Amino acid sequence: MIEFQHVSFAYEPGRPVIRDLSFTIGDGEAVGLIGANGAGKSTVMKLLLGLLQGEGRILVDGREVGRDSLAEVRRKLGFVLQNSDHQMFMPTVYEDMMFAPLNYGLSREEAEKRVDGVLARLGLTELKHRHNHRISGGEKRMAAIATVLAMEPEAVLMDEPTSALDPYNRRVVINTIRDLPQTKLITSHDLDMILDTCRRVILMSSGQVVADGPAEDILRDKVLLEANRMELPFCLAGRAGL
Amino acid sequence: MQKALRELGEMDSLAAGSSPIHSLCPTAKLLTTVVYIAVVLSFGKYQLSGLIVMLLWPVLLFQISGIPVHVCFYKLRIVLPLVLAVGIFNPFFDRAPILYLGTVPVSGGVVSMLTLMLKGVLCLMASFLLIATTSIDSLCAALRKLHVPGLLVTLLLLTYRYVGVMTEELAIMTDAYHLRAPGQKGIHVSAWGSFLGQLLLRSMDRAQELYSSMLLRGYHDHFHYAPMKPFGLSDGAYLAGCSALFLALRLVPAARLLGSLFVR
Repeated sequence: MIEFQHVSFAYEPGRPVIRDLSFTIGDGEAVGLIGANGAGKSTVMKLLLGLLQGEGRILVDGREVGRDSLAEVRRKLGFVLQNSDHQMFMPTVYEDMMFAPLNYGLSREEAEKRVDGVLARLGLTELKHRHNHRISGGEKRMAAIATVLAMEPEAVLMDEPTSALDPYNRRVVINTIRDLPQTKLITSHDLDMILDTCRRVILMSSGQVVADGPAEDILRDKVLLEANRMELPFCLAGRAGL
Repeated sequence: MQKALRELGEMDSLAAGSSPIHSLCPTAKLLTTVVYIAVVLSFGKYQLSGLIVMLLWPVLLFQISGIPVHVCFYKLRIVLPLVLAVGIFNPFFDRAPILYLGTVPVSGGVVSMLTLMLKGVLCLMASFLLIATTSIDSLCAALRKLHVPGLLVTLLLLTYRYVGVMTEELAIMTDAYHLRAPGQKGIHVSAWGSFLGQLLLRSMDRAQELYSSMLLRGYHDHFHYAPMKPFGLSDGAYLAGCSALFLALRLVPAARLLGSLFVR
């Protein structure tokens, strides 16, 4: 589904943020992209979405991400931003959710049916006509996920989906992510959430893949994590008696 | 700042009302407002009495739409002084008396100043009523229907959205400033430059994020506005009736006729 082939990128000449990055994500896989601040996780997302252009090749469903394929690629990838306030720009949740389906040529009736379906599936029907500036942080995060699901993307990309959420809302978001059937690529420092939602983890450091494998193996490797400025997930640290 | 943000949100809430005025077609409301403003502006600089009668329409609209008049003046409190300042020097240049209040002469400058002020207030009230009874999306849809270029309409819509973005950033920065400058009123002049620079950079970053979010959800220079209520018979009647009323108030010296009933 997603393939990075020797991708490099630098915001400033001579200071690469991504260095010769290669990995593949298969259909339906749930992958956690982890790493310390500045490891290049968000840049990977932006490159994948065509918001930045680097060297090398990025393929989505076999189609290379480039100027000509942007519309097609972006239709397949739904991106949930870290800050929901930056994602939602229409006055109400309903209008925000209608935005993408209408842009992709659905009639208003079809789009509304899809929006109602997503809201019902996520248990957010009561949010439908609420104003974006009047809903809580947790509701806003769920609404942001709903706006992306209304696109019916083939893959969902999420940047820190549980940041700044209280435990209850964090759990709601985690359960929602787990139930999504799409291919998932999630960047986060919340390693417990990654362990809960992803079967595979890619650990990045200085723009390169340091480790790529089953989430249980990588997230249990204290030495590896600490060498890359991270810690064991809380749940595993507890079990290890640390 | 938080108050300003809340007020921005309140405008959306006002526009979501359900009065007979709210339920009119946005195109009819927009055209009626344009006609009203044009008629108000067409009054001569000494036609104060004729202009006063034009208050009838906004007062009626406030009553029917259920929007309290004080909300309008409260929300326009920053713009109103600017409007009222227009023509403030007229009394110094035009000193010839043109009417007498009892035995007190009133100069042309004073009358023209009051006329200009009233014109400004009436135009602001009409614009406020339009925005308070019509959502920005519906307003933009109406503008597109009237063949206003799409680029201009999108600019209007995004400006409206980004005012909120900039205000939010300003609120965060102001709070951060005051937390480290206790007891200080406002922002010290020495910090204005960096403060404004940072505000601009932060707003641009956020605007860029929002724009990316739009692009990633299929935006291609074209907004799909919410479907407007079609222009029906009642909307036509509203537009025609209001326009006829404005023209009548403009052409017939209603204030003078009313006055002549009491004063010989």
